[in-house]
Amino acid sequence: MQKDKVVLITGGTGDIGTAVAKQLDPLYGHVIALDVVADNKGELWQAELNEQGFSSILFRHMDVANFSQCETIINSILHEFGRVDVLINNAGITRDAVFNKMTKQQWDEVLRVNLDGMFNVTRQVVESMRTQMWGRIVNVSSVNAQKGQFSQANYAAAKAGIYGFTKSLAQELMSKNITVNSISPGYVNTRLMKGIRPDILKTIIDLIPAKRLAEPEEIAWAIEFLISEKSSYMTGANLSYNGGLHMY
Amino acid sequence: MDKMIAVVTGGTGGIGSAISQRLASEYQVVACYFKDGNHEEAKRWQAEQREAGYEIDIVYADISNFADCEKMASLVTERYGKVDVLVNNAGITNDTSLKKMTPQQWQQVIDANLTSVFNVTRNILPVMLEKNYGRIITISSINGRKGQFGQCNYSSSKAALFGFTKSLALEVANKGITVNTISPGYIETPMLAAVKEDVLKSIIANIPVGRLGKPKEVANLVAFLALAESGFITGANFDINGGQYM
Repeated sequence: MQKDKVVLITGGTGDIGTAVAKQLDPLYGHVIALDVVADNKGELWQAELNEQGFSSILFRHMDVANFSQCETIINSILHEFGRVDVLINNAGITRDAVFNKMTKQQWDEVLRVNLDGMFNVTRQVVESMRTQMWGRIVNVSSVNAQKGQFSQANYAAAKAGIYGFTKSLAQELMSKNITVNSISPGYVNTRLMKGIRPDILKTIIDLIPAKRLAEPEEIAWAIEFLISEKSSYMTGANLSYNGGLHMY
Repeated sequence: MDKMIAVVTGGTGGIGSAISQRLASEYQVVACYFKDGNHEEAKRWQAEQREAGYEIDIVYADISNFADCEKMASLVTERYGKVDVLVNNAGITNDTSLKKMTPQQWQQVIDANLTSVFNVTRNILPVMLEKNYGRIITISSINGRKGQFGQCNYSSSKAALFGFTKSLALEVANKGITVNTISPGYIETPMLAAVKEDVLKSIIANIPVGRLGKPKEVANLVAFLALAESGFITGANFDINGGQYM
């Protein structure tokens, strides 16, 4: 029964994460946002959403870049709730720089969170999904992984790495009724975008056939589709969601 | 010396040797070697090459270590004054299904195959930018394109090279530097020695041309992309897999 199922979303308190959590709340028993936020911001985030009527949403503090922390936190979730059915690897950061100036630290930070983090978290849930003989894993990549992006050699590398991981894992898990797909959003109206200069933002939007940014809710809807019970034949696939910015 | 300089990482390996030999006629090839610091093995390889008529220089670096690559790039620049071609060819596998994969198995492959490309390219690029000329060719894999059971680590590292290549290509396109990938299918090299006989047979059954590829064939493609005449090709991936994945 879908209503018993447990969903994990990494980077769950971000703009896309929050939209996904709200979208899935009415459909699933527990929607657990995993994130790294200061002080008790995560608890406040949860309280606010619970107050608005999103009663399935929970917050747990977890740093995807830390393998043993992922082990501990996810094991405790498995202990508390007995299962994990859906994993959405959504945690991601940028550290943009032109390559000839990019520091090792800028490279490492992005790879650690965006690529290694996906390994660290997914590794903790495959065992129980295999035992259950049911699972949905969605990895959030990016249009910039498909087309490349100036000043994002690190981000594009990490996000493109997601495709290799997704396809390999999909082959390993299909016999256990677990699908593994990626979604590649184009430019989404989030905090990440708000940092961009208005004139640069305008040139970006001009390149997008849809002539606008996506809303986080649109990405959330696509993810709901990917993890649905009815989507069991779709695996190892990438869902491009970019307003026509890049077609392949 | 007016000869063009080509640095090849993993230059003494299965595909690496073929690339080193193929480029040796037109370029001064510098093969980058580590393998746990076994310099004797490297010197033996160099002597073999010399006997076969190829004068190939060797530099030593653990390419998963940024500082080592800094030193290596300084050495090459000091010795030759420039680098015209960089072939990021070094790579390893450490296969296992994800349900059993340790963080060490994950990290080792990511570092050897992906982080190394950052480390080497980041340190060699400045000299290419100075000369407004360069050819950066990175060896990915068919399994970076299609995924592979037991290779979540390898596949991730190889797929990441596509995002890297396209981004860097955009940045240096107007500086006379092209950046491309080659994605070989199953090639007759020591890396395949680890694969069981029956598995290899079933792999060949899935290759339309009906055989494994030869290291020389990959080397020829590298040589083509390295040409000055190939300056309009950038941000591209070249599959060379006997039709196994399209």
